[in-house]
Amino acid sequence: MDRLISFDGVGELLGLPFVQNAFLAAAVLGLVAGALAPLIVARGMGFAVHGTAELAFTGGAAALLAGISVSVGAVVGAAIAGLVFGLLGLRQRERDSVIGVVLAFGLGLGVLLLALYDGRAANKFGLLTGSIVSVDSGNIAVLVGVTVVVLAVLAVIYRPLLFASADPDVAVARGVPVRMLSPLFAVLVALTTALAVPIVGAILVLSVTIIPGAAAARVTASPVRATILAVAIAELSLLGGTLLSLAPGLPISGYVATLAFLSYLVCRVVGRRRGAVRAT
Amino acid sequence: MNGGVNNAAMTPAVSLRGASVRFGARQLWDGLDLDVRPGEFLAVLGPNGSGKTTLLRVLLGLQPLVAGEVLVGGAPARRGGGGIGYVPQQKALPEDLPLRAADLVGLGLDGHRWGLGLGGRRARRERVAAALESVGATRYANEPVGRLSGGEQQRLRVAQALVGDPSVLLCDEPLLSLDLANQRVVSALIDARRRTADTAVVFVTHEINPVLPLVDRILYLVGGRFRIGTPDEVMTSATLSELYGTDVEVLRVRNRLVVVGAEDQHAHHAEAQLAEPTIGGEAAWTA
Repeated sequence: MDRLISFDGVGELLGLPFVQNAFLAAAVLGLVAGALAPLIVARGMGFAVHGTAELAFTGGAAALLAGISVSVGAVVGAAIAGLVFGLLGLRQRERDSVIGVVLAFGLGLGVLLLALYDGRAANKFGLLTGSIVSVDSGNIAVLVGVTVVVLAVLAVIYRPLLFASADPDVAVARGVPVRMLSPLFAVLVALTTALAVPIVGAILVLSVTIIPGAAAARVTASPVRATILAVAIAELSLLGGTLLSLAPGLPISGYVATLAFLSYLVCRVVGRRRGAVRAT
Repeated sequence: MNGGVNNAAMTPAVSLRGASVRFGARQLWDGLDLDVRPGEFLAVLGPNGSGKTTLLRVLLGLQPLVAGEVLVGGAPARRGGGGIGYVPQQKALPEDLPLRAADLVGLGLDGHRWGLGLGGRRARRERVAAALESVGATRYANEPVGRLSGGEQQRLRVAQALVGDPSVLLCDEPLLSLDLANQRVVSALIDARRRTADTAVVFVTHEINPVLPLVDRILYLVGGRFRIGTPDEVMTSATLSELYGTDVEVLRVRNRLVVVGAEDQHAHHAEAQLAEPTIGGEAAWTA
């Protein structure tokens, strides 16, 4: 337990620039992931996000082998996956099977590419489980830039997107371009996923892009409140996870996922109590 | 009914002239002339695949005509054009959908607009509250929509369609899968709207009886042929036999119409119900 939970020397660590960068990255990622999470949940895109994350991993691994920036590789891989999944259309069952096929191939390819790479092992592992301390100021600039773009686009398309997600038939009747919004939102999700992969790792992207939205949906049906709550949960998980991981020097993803999961459990319990009150 | 002749009554709410729709080689209907007056209740009947939902798509500007023209409120129908309310089939919403009843109705007001819509929140709230009130849904305004009953959800659908103050109300089987009591409630709400606000109603249905007392005219579509007229003119053995091209008998049993001889089409209809193309569905695109 001492190895998992420890605050030895955290005071000094907090003074270091790379640690401050890590907190800044976590805060920015929490904002964008939390803002998207309720819509990802409402659109039933959990599996698509997972598939996108695995292809971001493939892209990152390919970039590592080619000797170019891992972030660029991750963004390219995620964007391709997002577009493919977004263009697949609206049929849930078909979408799921195609995502499964692409995900499995992408993950296999990524593992192969990593095996061929004979650089530092920390880089290899970082893609799968994340390593926030590797975030430097250049990455921060990309992170902030992409977050601003994603949030700006989200602000413009928010209402039609909510309409299209919750009520597609009536949205089409009212002239909402449902077919255009689907790939557009998939690209926003892909960009966010690509930002999250170096930080929390490909296999745990869901902990910041799904859990906050799923938890918020348990306690409120108000889209605005759900978004605020999801951002709060994502921030709590990411900032808390970063803090907890400092002294033990372990990957942050385990801490982030655990905090997000605990938030989800709390929201379930609160939601159940409220549901019971409403039913009586 | 529209005794006071005024200007609004002179311009048809909906007008089709020589309208034709074709999917590839298949002619759906051809040369359709139809005017729907403000405040008129038009029922659209016919077996599956006769182009009932396609007619709604034409009016919504989602389906182009191969010939003829279509005017809604005097202007050519276009995608996202104003003045139209749309009531879909009752379809169970997911229980965990993060949306309250008032949010669903609010989407009918401004869900098609870009941006966050931070201005005019107060006026918006008042309009949504008024729409909820008009369908008797105030009590569950803040409940998650997915946890409401089918009847409650369908009242919200009516409020959602009316909140934008439309001059034309398009209804696509809005009573399907509702019980009798809720069928009455929903059709009474639609009827009240057209009487108080002169909203024209185009009501697609496969079952005429629940709305028979409300219907002014019927558009009956069968395999490319169609007939327009009052229920007494259209719902006769002679007219339906001609439309179906086979012996069809229409019986009046207490205030209900029973159509005998078109059962094949109806049986096929019931079977295909689940695959009914919706306004935006995949099927409607490829049909």
